[in-house]
Amino acid sequence: MSKKIIGILEQREGKLKKTAFEVCTVLLKLASQLNAETEVIIIGNDIENINELNETGIKSIIHFKNTGLKNYSSSAYTKIIADYAKEVSAEYLIFSGTSLGKDLAPRVAARLTAGCAMDCIEFNVDSGEVVLTRPVYAGKALIDLKLKSQIKVITLRPNVFKAERKSNDAKVNVMVKDVNNLDLKTKVIEFKKSEGKLDVSEADIIVSGGRGLKGPENFYLVENLAEALGGAVGASRAAVDAGWRPHSEQVGQTGKTVSPSLYIACGISGAIQHLAGMSSSKYIVAINKDKDAPIFSVADYGIAGDVMEILPVLTEEIKKIKS
Amino acid sequence: MKIAVCVSHVPDTATKVKIAGDGRTIDPSGVTYVINPYDEFAVEEALKIKEKNNAEVIVYSVGTDNNKETIRKALAMGADRGVLLKDNNERDSYGVAKALAEEIKNEGCELVFMGKQSVDYDNSIVGQITAEILGYSCVTVVVDLKLDNEKIIAEREIEGGKEVVETILPAVITAQKGLNEPRYASLKGIMASKKKIIEEKPAASVEPLTEVLAMKKPAAKQPGRILGTDSSAVSELVKLLREEAKVI
Repeated sequence: MSKKIIGILEQREGKLKKTAFEVCTVLLKLASQLNAETEVIIIGNDIENINELNETGIKSIIHFKNTGLKNYSSSAYTKIIADYAKEVSAEYLIFSGTSLGKDLAPRVAARLTAGCAMDCIEFNVDSGEVVLTRPVYAGKALIDLKLKSQIKVITLRPNVFKAERKSNDAKVNVMVKDVNNLDLKTKVIEFKKSEGKLDVSEADIIVSGGRGLKGPENFYLVENLAEALGGAVGASRAAVDAGWRPHSEQVGQTGKTVSPSLYIACGISGAIQHLAGMSSSKYIVAINKDKDAPIFSVADYGIAGDVMEILPVLTEEIKKIKS
Repeated sequence: MKIAVCVSHVPDTATKVKIAGDGRTIDPSGVTYVINPYDEFAVEEALKIKEKNNAEVIVYSVGTDNNKETIRKALAMGADRGVLLKDNNERDSYGVAKALAEEIKNEGCELVFMGKQSVDYDNSIVGQITAEILGYSCVTVVVDLKLDNEKIIAEREIEGGKEVVETILPAVITAQKGLNEPRYASLKGIMASKKKIIEEKPAASVEPLTEVLAMKKPAAKQPGRILGTDSSAVSELVKLLREEAKVI
């Protein structure tokens, strides 16, 4: 019997997340190298964009369905996944390392006494064994590791693996399984959305501000540029600790580690904790008065000048080309 | 009620990482070790509950004698006693969780706090695994916690907002920055902590589920170009972002 690799696809409010498609792509790549079968699991109620999976190349989908599964419940989700993994003797379970995946994957792993590799950014198959690479110390170093257990649990850092879409020739086979007797001991009862803002962990473009902005009243400069670019607003630890910005925007060690396509650091000198959290961004722009600031050592392009003077001009220029 | 707080002893976030001779760990020479920053929020939350409910707060740490310094820090903040689960060898997250779970079970702690992740390996999994071994509920990355008898209402930080989670005791809660403002240890607290007991026990032995093959530094980024010193450089910057980087 060939090996089985299962991907767990995340839905929120009845819609598959972008990271679900990243899981599909990795699943197929890993399966072809291990000569394994693939299957994906979706847990939820109605899924409005399930047909988009036609473009992924995934053939088999198991949809565990119940109105009580619409919102995340770590207890219910863990039981469904762990029971199914045992039933079909899955060898790998792959999650996206979103806040749901990070909460759920270790719980599932522990129930199955499975080793768990979190936040992976690369995998290599070496004589049938999978070697995973993941950042440690907020990205100051990387480790290669392998999982020694029979069942292996992997979470993928979001935004690192590009989801590949194929022409939708083959129809996917969706098998709906109605589940009853849910274990809803731990469940989400409400989602409090931050007003219309894009989260740094999900953004492809981030504009971050630091001490150089001199005060919370000047952060509108960062917000305006982020808006013009369709990006998210981030902040340095200094700006967060001073109470200028909420912690959810903090980038760096003790904040969020991000790797967007474009990161614009405004008035941020680049403490080691900040650099650890953003230096894996594809392109980095630094705007800072001090030309010797460490941020310039990781920046692709820099302007060694005053953010207050430069940001409005940059925002206008971006608006012009976008219109 | 007995409350467990699990703390880890980690390199300060200002540490510049150097790889050790074994090629698998960091070189500890010249590194300052501190209480894991997220664990301070865990200690504070336990102390707040102790003050309201007359609970006993027990601090656990898995590792070497050096971890006593971090346990002592939590005792100075106001925890009652400490337990060092001793192991001089590196162990994986499952091994840490297993050792913690065994002790917490024996002690009968109903509520367990720890940081949402340690800033060394950044796995963010010990809380969930400990909860699973114990059969406890678990809420991770918590920024607000309300306890009403057996019932827990916790807010956790997720992408684009907060999720309100309902569960019941016994439970493991992992703390995120923002949950509270950790207190500074007072001089009196520091003096008192010297008299508090830190019990030493061997950590439960367990087979590792993961193996680190190598640690390496990420490829160093080449410093780029400084395009100018004022807004006259903006048009060139935009041109480069469009034509060279192709990101806008």
